[in-house]
Amino acid sequence: MSALASTSFPAALTVLVLVPVAGALVLLAMPRTRPDLFKPVALVASTVSAALAVWMLAEFDAGSAAVFQFWQQYEWITGWGVSWQVGVDGLSLFLVVMTALIFPLAIVGVDAEHSPKPYYAWMLVLEAGCLGTFVALDLVMFFVFFEIVLVPMYFLIGGWGHGRRAYAAIKFFLFTMFGSALMLVAIVALAFLHSSGNGGDVTFDLVTIAENQVLATNTARWLFLAFALAFAVKVPLFPVHTWLPDAHTNAPTAGSVILAAVMLKLGTYGLVRFGLYLFPEASVYFAPLMITLGVIGIIYGAIAAAMQRDLKRLVAYSSVAHLGFIVIGTFALNTEGLTGGVLQMVNHGVSTGALFLLVGMIYERRHTREISELGGLQKPAPLLAAVFMVVMLSSVGLPGLNGFVGELLVLLGAFNAHRWWAVVAAAGVILAAVYLLWAYQRVFHGPAVGANAETPDLRWREGLVMAPFIAAIVFMGVYPKPVIERIEPAVDAIIAHVEDNVSGFVEPVADVHPSVSLDDLARSMDEADHNGSGAEHSEDGG
Amino acid sequence: MGAVLAQLPVRTPAIDWPGLLPVLLPAAGALVLLMLRSLVPSRLMPAVLDAVWTFAVAAAGLVSVVVLWQRDADIQAFGGQLVMDRMALFVAAVVLGSVALVAPTLPRYCRRVGVASAELCVLALLAAAGAVVMAGAADLIVLFLGLETMSIAAYVMAALNLRRLESLEAGLKYFVLGAFSTAFLLFGIALVYGATGTTNLEGIASYLDTFIILRDGMLLAGLAMLLVGLGFKVAAAPFHAWAPDTYVGAPTPVTALMASAVKAAGFAALIRVFVEALGTRADDWRPAVFALACATLAVGSVLAAVQSDAKRILAYSSISHAGFILVGVQAASDEGVAAVLFYLAAYAVIAVGSFTVVAVLSGQRDDRTGLDTLAGLGAGRPALALGLTVLLLAQAGVPFTSGFVAKFSVIAAAVEARSYWLAVVAMVSAVVAAFAYLRVVVAMYFRDSGDEADTPEASKPALGLGAGAVIVAAVLLTVAMGVVPGVLESLSSTAAGL
Repeated sequence: MSALASTSFPAALTVLVLVPVAGALVLLAMPRTRPDLFKPVALVASTVSAALAVWMLAEFDAGSAAVFQFWQQYEWITGWGVSWQVGVDGLSLFLVVMTALIFPLAIVGVDAEHSPKPYYAWMLVLEAGCLGTFVALDLVMFFVFFEIVLVPMYFLIGGWGHGRRAYAAIKFFLFTMFGSALMLVAIVALAFLHSSGNGGDVTFDLVTIAENQVLATNTARWLFLAFALAFAVKVPLFPVHTWLPDAHTNAPTAGSVILAAVMLKLGTYGLVRFGLYLFPEASVYFAPLMITLGVIGIIYGAIAAAMQRDLKRLVAYSSVAHLGFIVIGTFALNTEGLTGGVLQMVNHGVSTGALFLLVGMIYERRHTREISELGGLQKPAPLLAAVFMVVMLSSVGLPGLNGFVGELLVLLGAFNAHRWWAVVAAAGVILAAVYLLWAYQRVFHGPAVGANAETPDLRWREGLVMAPFIAAIVFMGVYPKPVIERIEPAVDAIIAHVEDNVSGFVEPVADVHPSVSLDDLARSMDEADHNGSGAEHSEDGG
Repeated sequence: MGAVLAQLPVRTPAIDWPGLLPVLLPAAGALVLLMLRSLVPSRLMPAVLDAVWTFAVAAAGLVSVVVLWQRDADIQAFGGQLVMDRMALFVAAVVLGSVALVAPTLPRYCRRVGVASAELCVLALLAAAGAVVMAGAADLIVLFLGLETMSIAAYVMAALNLRRLESLEAGLKYFVLGAFSTAFLLFGIALVYGATGTTNLEGIASYLDTFIILRDGMLLAGLAMLLVGLGFKVAAAPFHAWAPDTYVGAPTPVTALMASAVKAAGFAALIRVFVEALGTRADDWRPAVFALACATLAVGSVLAAVQSDAKRILAYSSISHAGFILVGVQAASDEGVAAVLFYLAAYAVIAVGSFTVVAVLSGQRDDRTGLDTLAGLGAGRPALALGLTVLLLAQAGVPFTSGFVAKFSVIAAAVEARSYWLAVVAMVSAVVAAFAYLRVVVAMYFRDSGDEADTPEASKPALGLGAGAVIVAAVLLTVAMGVVPGVLESLSSTAAGL
């Protein structure tokens, strides 16, 4: 895999990561006497990053989406072969764009409840950490960013959270740190074994190590497990998910938004980039295990979500279920499944990020998230109800909205690879409809009693924050082609990489209509959206 | 006189006196200060001069280290008894740097707590001289001399807070157990001498390289004794029992020195004896160090996690750091030595910075160190709290701090030496230790100060210029070494002979 450097702005990705850091440093240096300036400064820094990300989206060459673009490398710790190496391909492009866009929205949409200066500074550090993780192409650099995001999130949960915030913050930190502790050992072992197998200098360069598989099968499997544990905690996969409900429930609204939309993706992205790509044989070997855990997560998350009394906790458990889909799509190890998985990473970020914002708005108005105390909000707040409904339906996977496209592709891929697990997972789609619709019904329908009747509707600012989410939800549901076009070449390259490096492995594709390609699928979905009854039609197509 | 000497049948060894400046400067500085204090009336010599003098001597020592570093050849003195090679110079820099970092905090601390600053400064410089001798020792006897010079000064320093019973207890415990361990060390030296016929480290190495000892019981027993003796000095479990009480009871700046300079010297000796002299018998001692490292990591991190006193948490965490450094020793390679040296330098800065924050907050009797006394620090003293937070995160091994790079380097050395399980144990124990640091952070930020009305002076203690500068320097160095570790990395690699 070669890499392309940008000719017009070679340092684009480095600047993208460093601008939020610079913003945080400016905040740190500002006097405490001007609290009104903290939010604008944070907003400017994150907006610059967002603008840069959008520029990159426009500049990105869809034709060579399998190649790392905006690639750049500096020496960092020369003695150990560690470099600062960044680049995006079709896998990471939309995650980077989504991250860069969600941060300014989360900063505008939610005010710091107290001590704004450290709050916004931590938000910016968090943004830099998340962006750095998605663009890192050096194993140590990746680890460094993967780990550093814990610190700002720890402080956001502990400092601005609710309820048992200190407990939730420590639990979050230790769970994720435990996962990544073993990954560090695995990274170092991988680099040394690779260099001794090759006779070259020690390098932590992802592409060099991945393209030159020298490990013994057994060793690679052990190392894969160490990496997978780190990512499984972050995703989170059953049974290491228990930190998530606590962290989400007690985090401040913006923290929940970022946690769900961006930070969970660090795990799923890692599974693809540092699981499939680095350890193709081990990925094939452990795929049944990962799919099983994913399916358990889907069913378990759905059932647990249905049982929740706290609206935020319900959304948190729904994340466990949704992330299960991404994992089974990834380990279906075919183009449909993996494309769906990557697409679903973005979709889940948009939908669940928006859901947490909306739950935060409800909490701000009613000072409770107990579903039983809410009810009939539709009458006093019709706009809020409408927005909530669109977002909720996108999360359910309604055709025409973004969630459907991703889930369909995932199930399609999983069906070709592990038929019966796909059937079970499909039940999870129905369960999602059950718990989300039921929750919506209890919160928004019925008579508005007491304080519920006086709930104010969406304000202008809140409407403006929600508008981009709704736009993305509808756009990616109606016209996913430009997104899929950019993801698919990278996915194909990964699948081809797995096929090349695992003897006897053939991409599991449909036996009935092997000629149906994703382009046909996207086209048929376009048509389906035009004549309004596309769901069954395109499912037949697969 | 010279003519007379030349006619005698005694050949005096050529001594490169400038090469010995890292030893001579602190030793002479201590003696000069001692004499001035005894002769000059104290009204003519304000107490602040003790610390200024100590700082100046340590800084001059650092300059001499930098100058000697430029030389190509190793400096030998006293017929090869003392070798100031790059490794010795590196450790000397860590030792003298720690003293230089601690010195500015002393005047205000000594005035507040009532500790005699002249004695403290003299003993600190003497301990530093002993530590540098240990780092440069090329002979087991010289190593012993350096160790005793350093240890005896440290015993007294630990007991210097005469108003506090715990300080006396700390000194006594440290002394009794330290003397006990010294006996082990001496016995070990004797047995190794018996087995190899020399106490010279290079001689031992070449003897073991040339001859195969068929009945090696005596050598192995000596090796075990040496490990026990030095294990005591670096507070490796199960020989750590003295450390928590001594660290907590000793005056806090002394604790900072024990965690930085004394620890560095102990590990330098460990490397000299085991990696350099007994390197050919690595297969014999590596399993023992493996076990020591595991025990030290486990004991240090688990017990740190259950403490409720900030100083005690830092004491146990110091034990867990010793475990990490032992992971580097266990690798028994040049990479391992480089990692150990990097870790020692990084941890010395972190330890001095952290203990200085504790010292600033510790009140009139130097005993207000409970976690509850930190409550509300984040709101009341944001800069101080941020400084301590950075240092604690560095201890936890968070990226972009020197602590991460240090952990990374020892893990890399262990993995390269195929000690995968030790690396795994170390990383898992780092997670447990992180819990302890996070509890301190929670106390500072996420808990409101309940008794603010009762202790207004304690929640707003005077920081002082010296302590403030030291904390700022420690934080900046910690972050700089984490963001651009290349400089220190190349220095430590050079020192390890890579």
